[in-house]
Amino acid sequence: MKLINQTTWIVAFSLVILLSLAIPVYANNTAIITETVNPSLFYIAWWVWPIILLITTFLLGIVAVLGGVGGGVLFVPIVSGFFPFHLDFVRGAGLLVALTGALAAGPGLLKSGLASFRLAAPLALIASASAIVGATVGLAMPTNIVQTALGFTILCIVLLMWISKKSEYPDVPQADNLSSALHISGIYYEPSTKKNINWQVHRTPMGLVLFIIIGLMAGMFGLGAGWANVPVLNLLMGAPLKLSVATSKFTLSVVDTSAAWVYINQGAVLVIITVPSIIGIMLGSLIGVRLLKVIQVSIIHKIVIMILLLAGSRALLKGLGIWP
Amino acid sequence: MTNKLPDETPEVQEIQLAYATFLNANIIIGFSGLVVGFILYIFGFVPAYLPREEMPKYWVMSAHEYLEAANISAGWGWLDLIQKGDFMNFAGIAFLSTVTIFCYLRILPILLKNKDFIYSTIVIFEVFILTFAASGIFTSSH
Repeated sequence: MKLINQTTWIVAFSLVILLSLAIPVYANNTAIITETVNPSLFYIAWWVWPIILLITTFLLGIVAVLGGVGGGVLFVPIVSGFFPFHLDFVRGAGLLVALTGALAAGPGLLKSGLASFRLAAPLALIASASAIVGATVGLAMPTNIVQTALGFTILCIVLLMWISKKSEYPDVPQADNLSSALHISGIYYEPSTKKNINWQVHRTPMGLVLFIIIGLMAGMFGLGAGWANVPVLNLLMGAPLKLSVATSKFTLSVVDTSAAWVYINQGAVLVIITVPSIIGIMLGSLIGVRLLKVIQVSIIHKIVIMILLLAGSRALLKGLGIWP
Repeated sequence: MTNKLPDETPEVQEIQLAYATFLNANIIIGFSGLVVGFILYIFGFVPAYLPREEMPKYWVMSAHEYLEAANISAGWGWLDLIQKGDFMNFAGIAFLSTVTIFCYLRILPILLKNKDFIYSTIVIFEVFILTFAASGIFTSSH
């Protein structure tokens, strides 16, 4: 028990230290950029930021797994708020971080049957089309408006995470006509109870409509969209929680592919930001999965909410020009 | 974790396993390429198009300003610079961003074989949408 508490506090302490380090360095760097004309006067070496980014995303990878959220939703508000990178590049990197995380998880989730292709495919089709629109509109809009909208969205996500209840096995008395026609139902094995879980879904048309909005927001903000997918799949459509989480992750691999291409084609991907972020998140996720067995997840969940509250407020204030 | 889905229809098993196996093989290639390419770039083994020490000047710009300042074409313009250390990494990024399209194409014959025409249509539309996004057709030229 003592070890668990120690590990929890080490992770929490590392995050606080990291953010407190990032803020003054960020402020310092912004001042240099705005006050000097000659780029050679940058006294922070070019390689410092990629290293800080690698360390940050490594910690985010750990926290994302322990907090049960995707990497993208933490990455975009934190990196756009506390690093000197333009929001366009942060969103491009955020999408690729979310995409690669989803691709890496895909094989295991599909093989185990926790992710359902039949459930994901129609929703992903709708969301991937709207994600193209969202990404295109997001890149065309003024940065301060996108930043403000991002901050507002993150604060809404905090509220959603705080108040939403999850249902392990929602009651679906009868499948709707559309899901019946598409044969969206199945069985998966639940190792904790050693039972096969039968599932079906309802309210599919409403789910499809909401996935249009989810796709738009995923493309516009580069957030990934697990935070929205899971409540829609679980609470609205009635899919079991584990199936919802896994199917959401698989859906991201499709939706974020379409949005990521818009960012790549519009020049919103910088290798020096994107690749360290992907590597950091992937390595952090590997450690996070190991820590999952020994750490108090409920505390991490609260820490994630606090981090998002801070990052969302920062994004909102930055967008409004109050804390540039 | 089992590799066989319990009591699922054989069609679903076949589709998910085919998708997963194909995806697994390709993400290993993609990630390996990405890491190797980045090491070659960041340690200066392959000369970059944009000097690494000048990157702080570019990463504060918007994507549009960056393309103009660096004289890079939008869309697939990065292919012209693929021999440069920084743009070499786009091969790995593009590969990972394309693998879903090939996974969908991998399962299409299985769906057609099983006469699952609704999901075949969904898969064809998805391939079309993702290819459309990747094509950069709607990207404003620079």
